[in-house]
Amino acid sequence: MSLLAPPVAAPFGALVAACQARGELVVQPRMGFADPAAMRAGLLATGAARAATIGTVTLDSYTRVGDHGAVRQALAAGADLNGYPLVDHDHDVTAAMLAGLGFPVQVRHGSADPRRIVLALLDHGLHATEGGPVSYCLPYSRTPLATAVEHWRQACALLAAHPDAHLETFGGCMMGQLCPPSLLVALSVLEGMFFWEHGIRCISFSYAQQTHPGQDEEALAALRTLIGRYVPHARAHMVVYTYMGVYPRTPGGALGLLAESARLAVRAGAGRLIVKTTAEAHRLPTVAENVAALEYAAAAARSAHRRSSTADTGVLAEATDLIDNVLSLDDDLGTALVKAFATGQLDVPFCLHPDNAGRARGYLDAEGRLRWQRVGAMPIAAGPPGPDRITAAGLLDALRFVERRFDSTSLEWSGP
Amino acid sequence: MNGPTMSIEVAGLSAIVTSLSSDAHTWNLVYLQLVLEELGVRVANLGACVPDEVIVGECAERRPDLVVVSSLNGHGCRDGVRLIGALRAEPALVATPVVIGGKLDVAASDNSARLLSAGFDAVFDDTAGLLPFRSFVRTLAGRAGLPIGTR
Repeated sequence: MSLLAPPVAAPFGALVAACQARGELVVQPRMGFADPAAMRAGLLATGAARAATIGTVTLDSYTRVGDHGAVRQALAAGADLNGYPLVDHDHDVTAAMLAGLGFPVQVRHGSADPRRIVLALLDHGLHATEGGPVSYCLPYSRTPLATAVEHWRQACALLAAHPDAHLETFGGCMMGQLCPPSLLVALSVLEGMFFWEHGIRCISFSYAQQTHPGQDEEALAALRTLIGRYVPHARAHMVVYTYMGVYPRTPGGALGLLAESARLAVRAGAGRLIVKTTAEAHRLPTVAENVAALEYAAAAARSAHRRSSTADTGVLAEATDLIDNVLSLDDDLGTALVKAFATGQLDVPFCLHPDNAGRARGYLDAEGRLRWQRVGAMPIAAGPPGPDRITAAGLLDALRFVERRFDSTSLEWSGP
Repeated sequence: MNGPTMSIEVAGLSAIVTSLSSDAHTWNLVYLQLVLEELGVRVANLGACVPDEVIVGECAERRPDLVVVSSLNGHGCRDGVRLIGALRAEPALVATPVVIGGKLDVAASDNSARLLSAGFDAVFDDTAGLLPFRSFVRTLAGRAGLPIGTR
């Protein structure tokens, strides 16, 4: 609506780069409310937090799967949704929600077909979103991978029309937990290459904190090296996700894990962190809990320093082999990705999607590092023999490894 | 009770494990598959974001002894009520045991009555642990005398 000021904000990528240049980690919540007033209040609170922040608008899951009929029914019935229905709210409602925020907002959605979402965000003057043809297809949909690749090709082309377009790979977060880091790094790089091929010039590369700080630091060092090698001309930064698996239940444990992720981000030279809150294990966080998490993470980041070297246990070599093998399958990267999954040469552990081979499996070794138990048809070596067969109890144990480590030490824990 | 004993108890049952149309969570599905397999149940796992018509089609084709719906995204009650209507509208699935569990709405309220009256055979709250679910599966096997739905 013409009476409302358009959202004026620094470009997403430029803001992160400026913060990184002055040694400040950008922190960002996960946040999405169906109610426009609540969504705006959340964004304003994010902007006012004592930290360098970027705002988040997470969409509801009906929008994610493209079920706009269900969105409109829910809105008409006044029912609650689990995120902001960007495509179906009236244009003026969203324009007012976003008006004059003065800081960049990233639209987060999880969709294997983001075309309408990209059009909607561009329509509101936004330019930053995230995902990828693999990472928003295999874990979160039953859409055939080839279809998702085509949708994402078109979505990239739409988004690339905006001069400040920013796209983040979600490939470094596959399944949230129990995926060995070399595959996360390879998928993050491959999705970034896909974005670049389809016209996106400002790209962030994700990596989700896993189970072992040293291994995570090595993975991020590998990611940095491979961005330089395969997407050398992109305006790029790395984004770390605070642990996405089963989260500590105690406030001390939750904050300890958050602080560890913030320090990891700084040590490894990442520009941005997506935080988790003390409510994570219990329910969706309130705005206040999100602000507390942002400020806590920013404080923890200030106490950490960039590290110049990390141990090499082979993450870089494995990720390189995975990427080079995919690139050898076809001249077109989208086609190569489809071929790689169809033949199990990329294979995500515990992923139930019909296009994932499901022969690979990771496990946690005695030191808490994620290792390969079986690699399926991927061109890498399995680690030393792990447990024979996973049981329900064994799976729960592995899923709860990080929760246990942080909850059991939270009483001794004393500050960021 | 140990695993092998339970396996004998329910050997022969087949189950479909599935999420709902808008729900992308899958660790719950991976875990439930392992739990059921350890009870001796054969499992077809449909994975994330399964449209109602796919669930109905798979159930009509496979004729499972049990359908396990698991949802964590807060839309489970809305989507579950819609799904069970579609399942019960299929003549072959009128009496198929269908259960649902997880976090079923955004507000963590009690939806059991609504889901049961809509046609689910049981509703499992995610705070109650797995014992009630395991008991249900064992009872199902026991009720049959021999594996239900033997083909």
